[in-house]
Amino acid sequence: MKIMFLLIGCSMLMAIGFLIAFIWSVRNGQMEDDYTPSVRILFDDKPVKEEAEEK
Amino acid sequence: MVKEMQLIQTTCFHCGDSLPKSVISFANKEFCCVGCKGVYELLSKNNLCDYYELADSPGLSLKNPVSKVKFNFLDDDQIQKQLLQYRDDKISKITFHMPTMHCSSCIWLLENLYKLHKGVKNSRVDFLRKQLSVTFDHNSCSLRQLVELLSGLGYEPSLNLNDLEGKKKQQNSNRLLYQLGVAGFGFGNIMLISFPEYFGLDSFSSVYLSKLFGFLNMGLALPVFLYSAQDYFISAYKSLRKGLINIDFPLALGILVMFTRSSYEVITHSGIGFFDTLAGLVFFLLLGKWVQQRTIDTLSFERDYKSYFPVAVSVLQDSKETTLPVTQLKIGDRIIIRNNEIIPADSILLKGSAQIDFSFVTGENDPIEKVLGEVIYAGGRQVGSAIEMEVCKTVSQSYLTQLWNSEHFAKDQQSSIQSFQSIVSRYFTFALLIIAFASAAFWFWFDPSRSLNAFTAVLIIACPCALALSSPFALGNSLRMLGRSKFYLKSPDIVEKMANVDHLVFDKTGTITQAAESNISYYGEAMNEIQSDYLKSVCGNSVHPLSRKIAGFLPDSKQPKLLIENYQELSGKGISATIDSIAIKIGSANYLQINQKSVVDVLATRVYISIANKCLGYFEITHAYREGLSDLVAHLGSNYQLSLLSGDNDSERERLSKVFPKSAQMLFNMSPSEKMLYIHQLRESGAKVAMIGDGLNDAGALKVADLGISVTENTAHFSPGSDVIMDATGFEKLSNYFNYAKRTLNVIHMSFVISLLYNIFGLSFAVQGLLSPIIAAILMPISSISVILFTTVSTYLFAKKNRLF
Repeated sequence: MKIMFLLIGCSMLMAIGFLIAFIWSVRNGQMEDDYTPSVRILFDDKPVKEEAEEK
Repeated sequence: MVKEMQLIQTTCFHCGDSLPKSVISFANKEFCCVGCKGVYELLSKNNLCDYYELADSPGLSLKNPVSKVKFNFLDDDQIQKQLLQYRDDKISKITFHMPTMHCSSCIWLLENLYKLHKGVKNSRVDFLRKQLSVTFDHNSCSLRQLVELLSGLGYEPSLNLNDLEGKKKQQNSNRLLYQLGVAGFGFGNIMLISFPEYFGLDSFSSVYLSKLFGFLNMGLALPVFLYSAQDYFISAYKSLRKGLINIDFPLALGILVMFTRSSYEVITHSGIGFFDTLAGLVFFLLLGKWVQQRTIDTLSFERDYKSYFPVAVSVLQDSKETTLPVTQLKIGDRIIIRNNEIIPADSILLKGSAQIDFSFVTGENDPIEKVLGEVIYAGGRQVGSAIEMEVCKTVSQSYLTQLWNSEHFAKDQQSSIQSFQSIVSRYFTFALLIIAFASAAFWFWFDPSRSLNAFTAVLIIACPCALALSSPFALGNSLRMLGRSKFYLKSPDIVEKMANVDHLVFDKTGTITQAAESNISYYGEAMNEIQSDYLKSVCGNSVHPLSRKIAGFLPDSKQPKLLIENYQELSGKGISATIDSIAIKIGSANYLQINQKSVVDVLATRVYISIANKCLGYFEITHAYREGLSDLVAHLGSNYQLSLLSGDNDSERERLSKVFPKSAQMLFNMSPSEKMLYIHQLRESGAKVAMIGDGLNDAGALKVADLGISVTENTAHFSPGSDVIMDATGFEKLSNYFNYAKRTLNVIHMSFVISLLYNIFGLSFAVQGLLSPIIAAILMPISSISVILFTTVSTYLFAKKNRLF
């Protein structure tokens, strides 16, 4: 059963890691605007095609 | 791409407006005006035509070009300093508010600004808040150039006095997110660690392990207790000091008891405690708080005159034109107001023909003509050529702005409507304390060892989590339902105020009348076609709103254009002209020298016409009421006391009294402060008043009322500070909204009953001193989740039933 101590230690570390990730994401402003990024991700850059059209 | 273009184009490629007769063509595409073509040219030159692929005709019409000098004030160092968020030698950062942003194409174009001007380093859109943050190199692109570039594309940022007066405070909602994160973290992990206990797996684990689990739980619960739950302690303490008991008191008490009893159990190894229940409770409570806080932050409900007064104004100094921030305007300054600019301070008209649109102030859309020497109140917007004025009062002393300095206004209005939750929680707390002490006393008599146990168990199990959740979820959800119906509430607790209102006060102009539309009818001798053509051409020559309306009313001329001679327009009086050597006069009764007697009791605006010196008759122009007004008033009249306030004369009293019930009060010629006073008196007499208005002249009344609803044709436009911003299209549904608010309150009542049932069930264990951690750990989440589900589903169903969407 001693393995439990190790497992619990690992799981706590992971959980704390996720908590830190969450705090970082809030601090980074990811929770402020939950709409625009969903639109932004769909814009593609297509420089190749445009150049071809011009020629 | 080419194939698409071969379809017959009926709307402007850029802005989607219908094409006029004279189409401007460019690159096989058709545009409604030079401005739209210009934008297309600019975009196509810079390979930005993707703009048109993301949405159909996404552009903004540029038919009303912005005057060139309009943004000169942005070169002023002082103003720049106040507007910019950051500035060093190389770059500046600024955030604009851009009400015209409306589709994904806008986002795309605005974020590709750097392709249009090399000075722009980076631009980022926050679509819901309609904000654009730009980082730019001010050496190659000044702030003025940047704003001019944006305006040239049709995205004119709104720059107003509010932007100058201090930067906006950073919203402090992040704190709640951190608290929620910590509570969720604690809740999840404590649950995980408590699993062996739930399933009775004690025999598996060693003594060490169960000790470790206990202390681990305590360690995890500590930040939840100290950080996440601290607001409940603070709030309970604050209200206790005021001698009040709010819902946070039993919550804080429950949390405190839970933590101390659990810690005691863990330290003395007598049990595992209630840490899982504690963390879950705090997590659900914060979730409810978060739901309640998620309001519509895309709309601003706190707007006053500052939000739409200009930042700067052109001032004549020693016959030279300079720009001056409006806050520095002094009495006697000479200012120049151009087309579409707003008059920032009460001033006397010195030069030019003033057509002032007071729609912001009164809701009245038609420009009003002013004559030289007349004082024009601040807030009007000039339509037409530039005018010169002399300031006679400073901005803060002006007629309109004084409303905000008035005594009634400054007072923080305590609403007389108490929330249901606060009433219930008081009784609840007393009942809870009585039960807790009674059971402690009972056991002290019979079995002293169980006394403390029973006492704490009661406080733990009765911790009114579900009770505290029902209001936020029901109100928060109905706020969103109403928002889907374009009825935007400032905060969820407004729903409760709506349900309790018993007196509705309507403003007339712009609220129950439609701003843009009016009824026009002709009375008098029938006109033949030629006469009608004469009138149409004469009226078409004038920019006066009434002549425009008449011109629009008359049928289109079939003949070629008529030659108009001797055209003369006397402001405030009328027009005279000759066509085919026939004299034509259009104007007021006075101007046409018609017998005054028949004019005295006129109900609406009349424009008389005379052709060849013979008066034929008159046009009568009355305002159109909003669709469904009479049905709406009939509905509301049976449940509410109604009043009508109007700043206009009582010319429409007769028409209105057909619509409004006899019991309704109708008051005319009310000034903004009289409106405010009227509401104030109603409230003094015990009524719970909702004011429904628009325009700045209602701002005082909206603020003083228990519930202020401002009606607006376009939510992106200005609306005065209020509790509710309502899209005018939903006006006829107003009674549904009020009904829905009442239903929401019913939902809260029912969910209170549900959570009380859970409490009674739990208490039956607790008073016997039998509460085991596992019962608490099951009961708490189940009661919370069932209340959340019940409120969410039933508010949705009621929204459907009330035809909100």
